[in-house]
Amino acid sequence: MSDASAHALEHHEPVTSTGIPNKKVLMWAFLGSDCMFFGTLISTHLIYRKISATVGGNFLDIRDVFDIELTSFSTFILLASSLFMALGVSAIHKGNLKSMRWMLLGTIIFGAIFLACQVYEFTHFIHAPGNELTLSTYRGEPHVFGSTFYVLTGTHGTHVAIGVFWLIGWLAYSFTGKMSVAHAIDIEICGLYWHFVDIVWIIIFPVIYLMEYAL
Amino acid sequence: MATESIKYLAPDTENKAKTQVFPRPGQHTTGLIDWLTTIDHKKIGLMYGMTALFFLIVGGLEALLIRSQLWDHNMDVLTNRQYNQMFTMHGTTMVFLVIMPLSAAFFNFIMPLQIGARDVAFPRMNALSLWCFVGGGLILNLSWFFTGGSPAIGWFGYAPLTDTRFAEVVGDMGPDFWIFSLQILGVASLLASFNFITTIINMRAPGMTMMRLPVFTWMTLIVSFLIILAFPAITIALVELMFDRTYGTNFYDFLEGGKPHLWQHLFWIFGHPEVYILILPAMGIVSEVIPVFSRKPLFGYGLVIFSGAIIGFMGFAVWSHHMFTTGMGVVATSAFAMLTMLIAIPTGVKIFNWIGTMWGGRIRFDTPMLFALGFITMFMIGGFTGIMHSSVPIDAQHQDSYFVVAHFHYVLIGGALFGLFCGFYFWLPKMTGRMLSEKLGKFVFTLMFLGFNLTFFPMHYLGMIGQPRRTHTYNEGHGFETWNQIATVGAFILGLGIVIGIYQFVSAFFNKKLKPAGSNPWDARTLEWALSSPVKEYNFARTPIIKARDQAWENNYGPRENHAEKEPLDDHGVHMPDRSWWPLVTALGLFGLALGMLFHRTIDPSGELVRDYTAPILAGSIAILGMIMWALEGPGGYHLFPKENDE
Ligand code: HEM
Ligand SMILES: [Cu+2]
Repeated sequence: MSDASAHALEHHEPVTSTGIPNKKVLMWAFLGSDCMFFGTLISTHLIYRKISATVGGNFLDIRDVFDIELTSFSTFILLASSLFMALGVSAIHKGNLKSMRWMLLGTIIFGAIFLACQVYEFTHFIHAPGNELTLSTYRGEPHVFGSTFYVLTGTHGTHVAIGVFWLIGWLAYSFTGKMSVAHAIDIEICGLYWHFVDIVWIIIFPVIYLMEYAL
Repeated sequence: MATESIKYLAPDTENKAKTQVFPRPGQHTTGLIDWLTTIDHKKIGLMYGMTALFFLIVGGLEALLIRSQLWDHNMDVLTNRQYNQMFTMHGTTMVFLVIMPLSAAFFNFIMPLQIGARDVAFPRMNALSLWCFVGGGLILNLSWFFTGGSPAIGWFGYAPLTDTRFAEVVGDMGPDFWIFSLQILGVASLLASFNFITTIINMRAPGMTMMRLPVFTWMTLIVSFLIILAFPAITIALVELMFDRTYGTNFYDFLEGGKPHLWQHLFWIFGHPEVYILILPAMGIVSEVIPVFSRKPLFGYGLVIFSGAIIGFMGFAVWSHHMFTTGMGVVATSAFAMLTMLIAIPTGVKIFNWIGTMWGGRIRFDTPMLFALGFITMFMIGGFTGIMHSSVPIDAQHQDSYFVVAHFHYVLIGGALFGLFCGFYFWLPKMTGRMLSEKLGKFVFTLMFLGFNLTFFPMHYLGMIGQPRRTHTYNEGHGFETWNQIATVGAFILGLGIVIGIYQFVSAFFNKKLKPAGSNPWDARTLEWALSSPVKEYNFARTPIIKARDQAWENNYGPRENHAEKEPLDDHGVHMPDRSWWPLVTALGLFGLALGMLFHRTIDPSGELVRDYTAPILAGSIAILGMIMWALEGPGGYHLFPKENDE
């Protein structure tokens, strides 16, 4: 008997047809759907990047407003948070609540740093002197870049924020004394979500940011 | 009904309820509170179905107004704007508030019974899906009462019709209502689909292998996958549109660099899979009904399922056939034309399977079978015209004419709606425990079949001689009048048939004079027919161990080794989950959030735009509170102790 189904029996979880817990199947189905959400947003951005490549008659060089050092740093932070997340999942599987708490806290903090960087980035871009990138303009000229860029990265940021609050919820719950190995599956699906959001960023970062520098 | 089978209550059940801070409504909840807090898939299915039938009447009245306006040239029943609103609301209502939720009603009620489960995998999420659907339907129809009235943008909401600068009425809120309602309905569909996927993959009774699943369950699975993969495209398109209208982004604003064309792509990337989302459930129903009334197993079970899956898969690769006349270029247009022609093959395969099933069978022409036969023939006509539009030069003639209207109504009414009515006539005895009057059923079928063909067949011809769709009237001298009048008469006959049908469905729940159905009145084949009618609260007293496809049939006629067995009665009894308030509260929060976002902008006396987020934040907090309480309320529950075969 596999580890997971042994746990399931112990905790009177219903035995499932596939042996995979229901919550996990649910999360995988959701992530499949979420791929299409991001797929739509990323394609919108790329299509407009190609067909609206000028602004006010000049070639649109978004490097004037991007701050690639900052974004590289926040990318690194987000990737690192996945390590904490993975360690957190493995800790609760072993029943090590204390270690799980630290790992979740690490994930939360790194997620929060990423979000702070994004907030900074957004405010910075909107007010970049001479290069203002707003939802509807670039350098005061109407353009779609701001629309696609902010809505795409903003949707990703919202995903990270939801993940952070979800993890805070579990961190708080771990202090009620009711948490046990039975909840490993709950942390595991948090982990699935978190890694997925990370992977999406691994696509967004090169495609939306780095490619601007490849020309 | 369930109380009879309870020997005693598990000793700790009552106490547990008292120790909870906010106890979940328990076993003895009745009346309104029961319906508001229920998480039973059968009750949720019924509420889904009844709400959808209500909207069928609303959408039907809208259609009749459209038809009255078109009775003669230059009529004034509706103004041009009202006409546009009417066909927008009619289309949106029929697609999102009628056909999809009717399918969801059957998914909910029947699918768990077919796989031998006591409920879906996430019962509370199922309730949330129901309440989101109700909320979304309300929001759409609330639009009538606010600035600008209902949306006048078509169910496809093409840009730049949705551009605020082109609004016919200053501050028109119609499109905003449309956006938020579709978003909430999207949440409902997505939640339901995640739930059904998990249920079918994970909650099958022992022995119920994937290749033993009834075809209807297979179609539920395929449709659920289509929904979770197709809805994101429209959700994002709507988010972008919402940003355009609310925060001034430029996604679809061609004056500022946006491309309205992109909206069409995103809409139809969703929209074409959507038509399969509408038709596959009906195909599943018909695939259950035809074998029963032909007294033969389904011919080519594997092929029917496989062609369903292929249709679903290919459905994602043909969307641009709705855009042949937009100038996409030769390569794209030809590729999409070819793929569209190809997709007719798996569809044809299914038709031949149904014919093969009937071939040599002992056919009984009861009402469900009549609707199934109506489905096949009418759907075929719609399919043929569909193949006609797949040819690009021909489509250039059809596009935006009544020919297209004829096409999609043959697939949507003659196909989907007939299939769903077939489902009602077939399964209502299982749901209510009563047989419906065959006489009345056949009368309804006759009215619907006649009315439907009278309405929509002439539209082929009207389209060919040039009557444009989406146009509120026509001038004298085109020769459109006669056929339009025939269509309008037909529409009223169809409407009468539908109303009598709905009356018959609803009265089956109350009319005690109807004949009792017994567990298997049709001598049907799948697992749900092994249960009593109406089905007990817990569905299965003992989990069945499945030995064959068409288990109910095998139990009656199959060899010994194919008879289902049952797991022994559990001395813990059947665990029943308690009801819950939180799905309703969460849905109310989301409903309020949408309304709050709709009204968060005001223009102050000096003409400044003022944004006030108090209401959306409050409502959003209610939704979040609902979710937190949901997570914390704990399992609760009680035990029932049915006897051996009390199911
Ligand atoms: C009582 C039966 C019905 C009648 C008489 C009817 C009639 C009509 C008419 C006259 C139009 C407008 C054509 C135009 O000028 O563009 C229309 C559009 C439409 N109908 Fe129906 N219809 C009925 C039922 C249904 C059902 C059951 C569906 C199911 C999905 C449906 C889906 C649509 C759609 C999608 C449109 C296109 C809306 C648009 O272009 O905005 N109809 N119908
Ligand atoms: Cu299509």
